[in-house]
Amino acid sequence: MDLLIHQILSGLATGGIYASMALALVMIYQATHHVNFAQGEMAMFATYLAWTLLQSGLPYWGAFFLTVIVSFVAGVVIERVIIRPVEHAPVLSVVTVFIGLLVIFNSVAGWVFSYTIKPFPSPFPEKPLFGNVYMSSHELGSMGITLVLLLALFVFFRFTPLGLAMRAAAQNPVSSRLVGVRVGWMLALGWGLAAAIGGVAGMMIAPIVYLEPNMMGGVLLYAFAGALLGGIDSPGGAVVGGFIVGVLENVVGTYLGNELKFTIALILIVTVLVIRPSGLFGKVHVSRV
Amino acid sequence: MSDVLLQVRGLHAQYGPTKVLHGLDFDVKAGGITTILGANGAGKTTTLRAVCGMVKAQGEVLLGGERIDGKATESIVRMGVAHVPDGRGTFLNFTTEENLRMGAYTRKDRAEVELDYERMYTYFPRLKERRKQQAGTLSGGEQQMLAVSRALMLRPRLLLLDEPSFGLAPLVVQEMFGIFKAINEKDRISMLLVEQNASLALKLADHAYLLETGRVVISGSSESIRNDESVRRSYLGY
Repeated sequence: MDLLIHQILSGLATGGIYASMALALVMIYQATHHVNFAQGEMAMFATYLAWTLLQSGLPYWGAFFLTVIVSFVAGVVIERVIIRPVEHAPVLSVVTVFIGLLVIFNSVAGWVFSYTIKPFPSPFPEKPLFGNVYMSSHELGSMGITLVLLLALFVFFRFTPLGLAMRAAAQNPVSSRLVGVRVGWMLALGWGLAAAIGGVAGMMIAPIVYLEPNMMGGVLLYAFAGALLGGIDSPGGAVVGGFIVGVLENVVGTYLGNELKFTIALILIVTVLVIRPSGLFGKVHVSRV
Repeated sequence: MSDVLLQVRGLHAQYGPTKVLHGLDFDVKAGGITTILGANGAGKTTTLRAVCGMVKAQGEVLLGGERIDGKATESIVRMGVAHVPDGRGTFLNFTTEENLRMGAYTRKDRAEVELDYERMYTYFPRLKERRKQQAGTLSGGEQQMLAVSRALMLRPRLLLLDEPSFGLAPLVVQEMFGIFKAINEKDRISMLLVEQNASLALKLADHAYLLETGRVVISGSSESIRNDESVRRSYLGY
């Protein structure tokens, strides 16, 4: 029983990271109806940036916040410079651009930082926090950070005029323009936020999976499974889905063997697509033909 | 010159290869109401869309003497042009209140905005009842009221109205046109009105243009058009 509780709790911790990555995917999906396959590699690159900053002697939280800011700006720039020109291109062209981005980030990271696996520090102490025996302090701390992040995003989208405008631009670009919202900038801002969230997720997962150019491959797969499970057009759903996938991954890994961890994510994706394509909380789209 | 708010010269527009407008000329006086009448497919909606940059168009459009043709819709809106679009353009997933908030998105005078919400709710008490309700669940008529209120929340200089009476009960239509008249007189908001209901539009507007397949065929003061028996019979059908 203790083992199960332990696995569920640490599953929730990694689940929080999947949840934030899933949320980043959903944010871009809602606005553009494209899944950003490069999301994971962007996060990985951000983590390398954090590592470089740490190597240069910056304190952890300094490097953390600087990375978040730089990721945000980089996300905005990528949207403006690379995504904007293919805005109205056919789906396959956009997917190709995303995959191109993925490959570029991956190889540049390998070229600049080499493919050797590096340890990445955790900002939290070695000793368990609050005498908690079930979770390591990093698990507890990273869960805290993801929860704070998710809460901040919720407040931003729910209660600020800019958040409202971003949601408006995603659901009805034409009407948004008619009330003076600069829709193009809202998309860029969405990319910036998604990149910043990815940066946080990367820095939180790196102490667990270690830093290397392919470290986010698995994470993105779980995030994708989480987003689909919750409903790819539902931010709340994506978060819940991410947590569920995290727990499932951990429990399956423990009881059925670690080899099946990835398989379970893929099985989940296929199952959702076959049985309930709109996910747990997503809207069913009906279109007349 | 100075009493013309919107001046349009040689306006052409097309959707792909299909030409819709063939060189329109028309004005909206500062503080005035101009109506564009015509049958379905004459190009009325397209005219409004061309004015606020929603369709590709050629020709000159001047707002208060400043060229606005070729500008992005959001920039034109920020210059004080509000549009009640065809199909209402409701933010379906937002509440009624959030829809109104979006209308005031570009405004910085918070205190005044708060007062304007209340003003909209006095104009349309139904919206006040539906305040916290998701706008997608509102009836067509309520959404039309919402579209008008959302546009007014901008405190525009020029209000573009695309069939504001669409889907409304006759009594509500009367009420809404009364509100237009009041706003026009009190706040000096100029209006460009497209309407199926010609007799109603001619009563409100001071100037009218009759459109036929993308060309102005008749123009003049509303009164002269209203009193022209042959025009009324052949074009307006009443």
